[in-house]
Amino acid sequence: MLSYAIRRLFGAVPTLLLLVAVAFFMMRLAPGGPFDKERKVPAEVLANLEKAYHLDEPLIAQFVRYLGNVLRGDFGPSFKYKDFSVTELIWGGFPTSLTLGGTAILLAGVIGITLGIFAALRQNTMVDYVLMASAMTGIALPNFVVAPLLTLVFGLWLSWLPVGGWGDSWTQGILPIVALTLPEIAAIARLTRASMIETLRSNYVRTARAKGLPERVAILRHALKGALLPVISYLGPAVAGIITGSIIIEQIFSIPGIGRYFVQASLNRDYTLVMGVTIFYGVIIILFNLAVDLIYGFLDPKVRYD
Amino acid sequence: MPLEPTDEIAGRSLWADAWARLFRNRAAVASLVALGIIVALAILAPYLGAYPYDEVDWDNIQTAPSFENRHYFGTDENGRDLFVRTLFGGRISLTVGVAATLVSVVIGVAWGATAGFLGGRADALMMRFVDILYSLPFIFFVILLSVVFGRSILLIYIAIGAVSWLDMARIVRGQTLSLKRREFVEAAHASGVSPFNIIRRHIVPNTLGPVAVYVTLTVPRVILVESFISFLGMGVQEPETSWGALISEGVRGMEFAPWMLVSPCVFLAVTLFCFNFLGDGLRDALDPKDR
Repeated sequence: MLSYAIRRLFGAVPTLLLLVAVAFFMMRLAPGGPFDKERKVPAEVLANLEKAYHLDEPLIAQFVRYLGNVLRGDFGPSFKYKDFSVTELIWGGFPTSLTLGGTAILLAGVIGITLGIFAALRQNTMVDYVLMASAMTGIALPNFVVAPLLTLVFGLWLSWLPVGGWGDSWTQGILPIVALTLPEIAAIARLTRASMIETLRSNYVRTARAKGLPERVAILRHALKGALLPVISYLGPAVAGIITGSIIIEQIFSIPGIGRYFVQASLNRDYTLVMGVTIFYGVIIILFNLAVDLIYGFLDPKVRYD
Repeated sequence: MPLEPTDEIAGRSLWADAWARLFRNRAAVASLVALGIIVALAILAPYLGAYPYDEVDWDNIQTAPSFENRHYFGTDENGRDLFVRTLFGGRISLTVGVAATLVSVVIGVAWGATAGFLGGRADALMMRFVDILYSLPFIFFVILLSVVFGRSILLIYIAIGAVSWLDMARIVRGQTLSLKRREFVEAAHASGVSPFNIIRRHIVPNTLGPVAVYVTLTVPRVILVESFISFLGMGVQEPETSWGALISEGVRGMEFAPWMLVSPCVFLAVTLFCFNFLGDGLRDALDPKDR
């Protein structure tokens, strides 16, 4: 088990390296420099600027320097927000994005699994059909459609909830979190239902029932444990989905998180900030997938560690 | 007693069976019809609307839908006809969806079939490459690409296609692994067919079932990614438009002009729904034991 964990940990290294390399070289290939302005900058000033940002060195040297800095948690200065480093900007937005995303993933797990079990136990009844049709809707509708529609109905027509902002009142969080959570609830509910139906038919659940366990125990203690394995392995993609979704949601609801910086940075060609956010979120997603794999290996004895 | 020669029984191929099953699935047929209508509307867009998609109607700036002035879906804040713009947006969204999916099929099938058929070290190496790409944050790279190469729609096609072939490669590889042990492949081997021709003639055609299912699920995913990028303002550029760009304009104007949001949302949602239902129906039709 331990050697498996260590091997998986080392297996993530090339992925992380590739992540940094691709981000770096792609941004350097970009036509047009960060100092392209309508007003021509004098050649000496440009040269000084390039020297200050080490843009005059060979590409490989720049990459090695960047990689070393990234390992120390330094993503360099932002090209557009002159007074801040990228690391400061990311840490500034991180608590907000974490609150938003963390709440969303927690809610998605709890509600999704509950609904999935519910639908599985009532397979092929009206409840099941309604739940699964709603889940289909949740999966098919992207959150940049759901969020504006929710805002339109609950924010503007009914005026029940604020339509944007963050941190002044907890009600501001409701619409963004709902919009962010719905697609993942739908996906988790569908997954739980499918694997629960399969588990309920399995021999060990039949044994549990046959030896006279109450239905509740047979379902919660025996069936659910097996049924949750695929749901756990979905957690990696779910986190990636929530992070991606938060880019849009933070933009729509003017929430000062990392996603908003990322969009602004992409539109402004703020090289270092775009790279910084891509690498930061990339590392989170890769590490989360790794954690999920390890947990899965720990929970499922059928996974062989060779 | 010698066997009487019987009338030849018409064989039923897997595909004929699958078609029959698909056509018994009401949701799938309805989706197919709806998609047909949307595609037809998109193709005929220049002839259906009363206005060109980029013409400003100075008398009708941001007006609600009306049949009198023939702005069936209303106009946007520049006085452009939203009916025509929604259909033109559909052209871009659907083209991106289909084109990028084609790219992903070509790369994915070739990569997966080769890796599965060669096996051994080549397979391990090729699939390791897929694993690594798989764990990169996909959407961030599409955005990076669109930042780097400018706002060119063609590059977005290629970029999305180039990163969405990974699932396809995995599926095809899995199929290939089980196919290559089968007798007909062995027979082809024995009769001296080259590996390339075995892959082309015997492996690939037999993987088409799962590929077809996956194609119907890739198209909506790609449309979503394109809308996502256009929504953020990094996709198609004015005066061109796509559903994502229209939704983003709709969000900005939704307080005074909710109709700007409604039409692209409805078109996008219906399209995504239909592809999902069609994909589900196709999966049931091609794999009846999985029901």
